[in-house]
Amino acid sequence: MQRIVILGGGVGGTLTANLLVKKLRKRIDAGKVEVVVVDATGQHVYQPGFMYIAMGGERAANLSRPERSLLDKRVTLMVGKVARVDEDAHHVELEDGLILGYDHLVLATGSRIVPEAIEHFEEEAHHFYTAAAAARLRSALDAFDGGRIVIGIAGMPYKCPPAPLEVSFLIESELRDRGLREKSELHFCSPIGRAFTIESVSEMATPILEQKDIELHTFFNVEAIDPDRKMVMSLEGEELPYDLLILVPPHKGQQFLMDSGLAPAPGGWLPTDRHTLQVAGRDDVFALGDATDLPLSKAGSTAHFEAPVVAERIAARVLGRAPEGKHADYEGKVMCFFEIGDGKGTLLQFDYDHPPKPPKPNQLWHLGKIVFNKTYWHTVPKGRV
Amino acid sequence: MTETAPTITRTVDARGSYCPGPLMELIRAIREAQIGDTLAVYSSDKGSKVDIPKWVEKAGHRLVALETRDGYDEIIVEKLR
Repeated sequence: MQRIVILGGGVGGTLTANLLVKKLRKRIDAGKVEVVVVDATGQHVYQPGFMYIAMGGERAANLSRPERSLLDKRVTLMVGKVARVDEDAHHVELEDGLILGYDHLVLATGSRIVPEAIEHFEEEAHHFYTAAAAARLRSALDAFDGGRIVIGIAGMPYKCPPAPLEVSFLIESELRDRGLREKSELHFCSPIGRAFTIESVSEMATPILEQKDIELHTFFNVEAIDPDRKMVMSLEGEELPYDLLILVPPHKGQQFLMDSGLAPAPGGWLPTDRHTLQVAGRDDVFALGDATDLPLSKAGSTAHFEAPVVAERIAARVLGRAPEGKHADYEGKVMCFFEIGDGKGTLLQFDYDHPPKPPKPNQLWHLGKIVFNKTYWHTVPKGRV
Repeated sequence: MTETAPTITRTVDARGSYCPGPLMELIRAIREAQIGDTLAVYSSDKGSKVDIPKWVEKAGHRLVALETRDGYDEIIVEKLR
């Protein structure tokens, strides 16, 4: 019996498990292979929907389903938090003391937000990286009747890189609809020297910021918040006053990965081979999704396109053959929709060698995003797209 | 007066990391450094030799040197504030 243990029941873990069943069904049915998913909550959460709680009338209840309902019945689901991975013993220890041996390990453990890393973040700054925070941001926007809105990024890397720009565009659009635009200023703060990490996307977004009269502040790395003066300060020495502050919180990888010696502190991102998705120097440990240190978007889409490679490579190991076909190696494919506001969107599609060439924003790509969000449950986790 | 090479307090080897990785690693190191420390960043990303000097100027530090080595750039920065 060979056991494949997958830590994490998000996009990457769930899809990898279901694809492994497709590839190894006979061996699983014969009791020769077992696929186990370990998830901290047992609930699969569609995180891209959080932004729409703040911006588009989405409800948290629509964004969560039992992980069990998304997994093939042949996959074993264990709900529990991981305490550590013992590579020498080839086992995973859960916080409740359970020990689970593995022959192949998949780390699909995502990222976590650490707003507490910046003093006063939690009482002063809004964000949309949890359902509850997004609902609070919605309330704050409802109560907003003009003033200065500052939108920024309080640490890199972070989930869904376009999201802060999208939120800026959507808020600008909303303020116009509500007749508040003339009474409001919008400021967008980027930690780097341009609006977005990828140059071609930056070239697309910068004129839109100008056209919407959203002031761009480059090299603004959030250092501190002064709640008395309602001021956000950058490491570079700038200060910006705000009436409403929206910041992407700092992100980290999981603590147990650092404690287990798999990921270096302080970030906790797993050193991952960009093509094989193996964790540095290990044949039997793979990583995908937000948990890796790859120079790609931390987004469900990345995990979506990485999972077939992890599944193929593990299946090849189980079957004693070389990885084969179009999923033998990961080429850095990512695809995501990008909201521009006013019912329009565009599409970012790229890989390691081909930067995105976003098409002119139109209604189709906005609708594409809405349809994708609604149909997600029936498509992505089950390997249908 | 003879010119001497700066004493490097800390080296950030960001080779293999892509934009904005080297800049972000320098920013992390600057946060942890003392005023007067001199940091060296190694970067194989071509954007770094443009982005990092721009950031150094904005952030009020001093660009001590920028040299192209074998397959990477070495950028030396002094923390001034």
